[in-house]
Amino acid sequence: MNDQRPDPDAILASLNREEQRARRGKLKVFFGMCPGVGKTYAMLRSAQQELHDGVDLVVGVVETHGRTETEALLVGLPLIPRKQIEYKNIKITEMDLEAILARKPKLVLVDEFAHTNAPGSRHPKRFQDVVELLDAGIDVFTTLNVQHIESRADAVRQITGATVHETVPDSVFGMADQIELVDLTPEALRERLSEGKVYMEGRAAAAAENFFKDTHLTALRELALRFVAEHVDKRLREMRSVGTFKTVWRSGERLLVAVGPSPSSTQLVRWTRRMAASQGASWIAVSVESSTPLDPEAQRRLEKNLSLARELGAEIVVTHDNDVAEALVRVALQNNATQIVVGKSRSPWWLDAFRGGNLVDRLLRIGGSIDIYVVPAERASEKPTTWLDWRPTAASPAREYAEVFGVLAALTLVSWFIVPHSGYLSVGLFFLLAIIVLSLRVGPGPVFVGGVVSALTWNFLFIPPIFTFAIARFEDGLMFFTYFVVAFISGQLTARVRAQERNERMREDRATALFHLTQAISAARTLDDAVFAALRQADKYFGAKTALLLGDGNGSGLMPHFAGSFVINDKERGVADWAWRNRKKAGRFTDTLPSSEGFHLPLVREDVAIGVLVLKMPPEANLSLAQRDLAESFADQLAQLVEREQLRAAGEREKLLGESEKLHRTLLDGVSHELKTPLAVLSAAVENLATADESMKANLADEIKTATRRLNRLVNNLLDQTRLESGALRPRLDWCDGHDLVNAAVDGVSEFLIDHPFETNIPQDLPLFRADSALMEQVIANLLLNSALHTPSGTPIFLAAGLDRAKSRVYFTVADRGPGLPAAMRERLFQKFQRGDAAKAGGLGLGLSIIRGFVTAQGGDVVAGENPGGGAVLTVYLPYKAHGDVPAE
Amino acid sequence: MTVLVIDDEVQIRRLLKITLEAAGIAVVEADTGRIGLEEAARAHPDAVVLDLGLPDMGGLEVLKLLREWSKVPVLVLTVLAAEADKVSALDAGADDYLTKPFGSAELLARIRAILRRMPEENEPSSVKFGDIEVDLSARIVKKAGTEVRLTAKEYAMVRLLVVHRGKVVTHGQMLRELWGPKAEDNTHYLRVHMTHIRQKLEAEPHKPRHLRTESGIGYRLVED
Repeated sequence: MNDQRPDPDAILASLNREEQRARRGKLKVFFGMCPGVGKTYAMLRSAQQELHDGVDLVVGVVETHGRTETEALLVGLPLIPRKQIEYKNIKITEMDLEAILARKPKLVLVDEFAHTNAPGSRHPKRFQDVVELLDAGIDVFTTLNVQHIESRADAVRQITGATVHETVPDSVFGMADQIELVDLTPEALRERLSEGKVYMEGRAAAAAENFFKDTHLTALRELALRFVAEHVDKRLREMRSVGTFKTVWRSGERLLVAVGPSPSSTQLVRWTRRMAASQGASWIAVSVESSTPLDPEAQRRLEKNLSLARELGAEIVVTHDNDVAEALVRVALQNNATQIVVGKSRSPWWLDAFRGGNLVDRLLRIGGSIDIYVVPAERASEKPTTWLDWRPTAASPAREYAEVFGVLAALTLVSWFIVPHSGYLSVGLFFLLAIIVLSLRVGPGPVFVGGVVSALTWNFLFIPPIFTFAIARFEDGLMFFTYFVVAFISGQLTARVRAQERNERMREDRATALFHLTQAISAARTLDDAVFAALRQADKYFGAKTALLLGDGNGSGLMPHFAGSFVINDKERGVADWAWRNRKKAGRFTDTLPSSEGFHLPLVREDVAIGVLVLKMPPEANLSLAQRDLAESFADQLAQLVEREQLRAAGEREKLLGESEKLHRTLLDGVSHELKTPLAVLSAAVENLATADESMKANLADEIKTATRRLNRLVNNLLDQTRLESGALRPRLDWCDGHDLVNAAVDGVSEFLIDHPFETNIPQDLPLFRADSALMEQVIANLLLNSALHTPSGTPIFLAAGLDRAKSRVYFTVADRGPGLPAAMRERLFQKFQRGDAAKAGGLGLGLSIIRGFVTAQGGDVVAGENPGGGAVLTVYLPYKAHGDVPAE
Repeated sequence: MTVLVIDDEVQIRRLLKITLEAAGIAVVEADTGRIGLEEAARAHPDAVVLDLGLPDMGGLEVLKLLREWSKVPVLVLTVLAAEADKVSALDAGADDYLTKPFGSAELLARIRAILRRMPEENEPSSVKFGDIEVDLSARIVKKAGTEVRLTAKEYAMVRLLVVHRGKVVTHGQMLRELWGPKAEDNTHYLRVHMTHIRQKLEAEPHKPRHLRTESGIGYRLVED
């Protein structure tokens, strides 16, 4: 039963594929075995049908090669005029990608998928134009011959002998949603050829002779048919993997190919890709970096091979190990690879023996259950391998050779004089010592040469018979041989240690760079600081000028960050924009707009590009794999940083918004309630007034009066709060009489105090103090009102004032016997829109907030406390200073 | 008797009209300061009710322009929490102020107070309020028939309030008049003297009935 269930991973993968396909445009490839089978013709006929069905289509580019039947089919199809590009004074026309993107049709016809664009175009290859069209959601019809498929290019070359230059990566071809095979029997094709329907130009004649041979055509046809069959089969398996009652498709097979700098690796990569495709398996390309650094040329070839593998759909793994076999097996186990593909070793048997067996032997020994494929490489395509190829020399400068010869010459001279006393054996030991010391200072080449020269010098000048290379005694011969081997091995060992050290240092440099970056970023307090620090680090580690462009959040454009040291011009901005929109690297060192100055890395977080890092390296500089890696890490770190900052800012904004929204709601609810209650009273009372009798009129008038006072109070509170918040409050301090203030305040709220026994206790001799009398009057009124509104009627309210000489302050205290204030809410109490839990209906919770605002503005303070014996106490303090003398009369 | 009402709010004008006409006072209306000034020149009102918050030019501006050629009594209407405006208006020549919202009784009392013409020759020599009698010609103050001894400054303060009885007298006015223009900020002089005056004249000095404080503005003598 279990077997009947679909594999959830497979379903997910399939869903992802479906989703991506739904977003993208659909790609239909008219596929043929060779030119002349009628792909363009078939494409145009399909297009005519689509046009008939009302599809909005345009012709991006169609090559008719002057064939009349084909030209006839172009009639009626809307054409996007080609773009003129001038290159070295030659006018070339290319498909106008921008115009098509701007026109945004449903379907576009793009002939010759594998075409190479003229220099100066946006992409070097036409298939990249197509990918961009698909990304923009435009369907594409295109044509392609089997010889242009990257993984089949080799096979075609072997069949026809013609090298194919224009190829399309298999992964791009894999995007095709539909493949229409345009098939023609070789005989029919030859017939068309002889009728002149294919290749009108003269140059074709020679090609035709060779290319269109019957045997070739049959082979090409088989290749094309098989390729399409594989593709269809794969699609079928994908579909089957989601069905419920079929056997699930297992993704168990996985191939691993070892990639090195040698040109044969290119074939190895292609072979593996074919193998993987026919098995429906994924594959990994592994490069093992040893401790001996590659020379720049080899490094370049290695990178080319790796990028080919990447293009063909491989996952790239770079690992460090001196033992290639072990590294391959390790990576295979880590990545669950079931098959390892290696090239046939051509190193001489004695070197293999020296290394502990050749690669294949070792792989077989330690590979366990992993299948090992050994693929022979074509010798012809490779430069001859000689012992010079692994000769560890060449790079050392002349100075090192001079040093070696100088030391040896001096040593020889010294030895010549001491040899009568020490004997020639010690001289040999001197020489050996010198070689070992030299190997610590100079490169492997000079050490090797030094070893040979010193051995010969020793033999010639010191080992009897002297002045000959002959050796008389067997012991001396043994000694000489041992000397030679020790000098050679120690030299090589030291060289290797040094190389390892250098590598280690490089790796450490990289780790340090990243460490410094993270440190600089974490030390920065703002995003701008962090970006500044990060960019300076990048300047330093890449020897480059850098710039950072950040998206503005709503996807409409990129803004350069001010910290950049590279000023972005319009062209670079265009490249950055492309990198950003397509979330792919662009510019120098890439296939997209490689002629630009900067290397553009998009900062991508979770499928969203948030910006672009631009590195402008010196014109002669090369970007090594390690540097590319480091650049990516930098971009990744920056992306994380920017994202974190953006999230934080967004979170804060959200929080702020939430809070202000909450406040708004509270305010609106409160205000509308507070306004509507007295308004309702007013409108009802006024309506009744017309028909009321005398006694009722008096009651109604009272109600109206109460309602208007309530409205007035509300409006005043809101006004006061606004004054406080707008900062428009400027207290006018003046000498105040506490009695006057209290009288005025009590007058203002007397009607609310009717229900409460009210007592005041103000000393007769309360001195004058400085305050804003109007504000203080309101403060006291609000204190009283607060108590009156929040305590049950009938409970007493006390008002006391006094002078605290010790603390130079006057105080006004209002105490009640109400429910009191829990300690927890005392602080909160003075915030606006805070209302006591037991608050009766009414009030916005502004009273106490206004009190605090007014009192603070006058340099005072307000404190909430508990009344001993129950209830709340609110005390206002104001600074006290005695007034000056009053002139005597 | 005619009162000119300068206010941009039609409802306030209408209300004032109803209230004042019920009290036998004719009303001329103006909804902007400019029209108000024109009306003041044309209609020769006996008093002006002026809203300080006018849309075209500030009420204070209108007041200053008016005071350039007219001594007509002016009552300004203000909103709460605008003490500074009130004081500026009073100093600029307004006779009294009224804070919105106000009751009609209060309005009429204020208008009557400012309408009371006080030509020196018609000035009554003696004014009574409650059980207090101030004889301005003899400079004697009596409480319940007994003479109360006031110092010179105290008497000067009482006299000032009595002359402007029913109207507010600002701190500034009092200090200028009694101590000269340099003393304008020494409001504690007034506070100290007022405390003494109240102790001598009021029944409950800390809850004065007649010698009332206008918070942040000045004092007012209330007669009843």
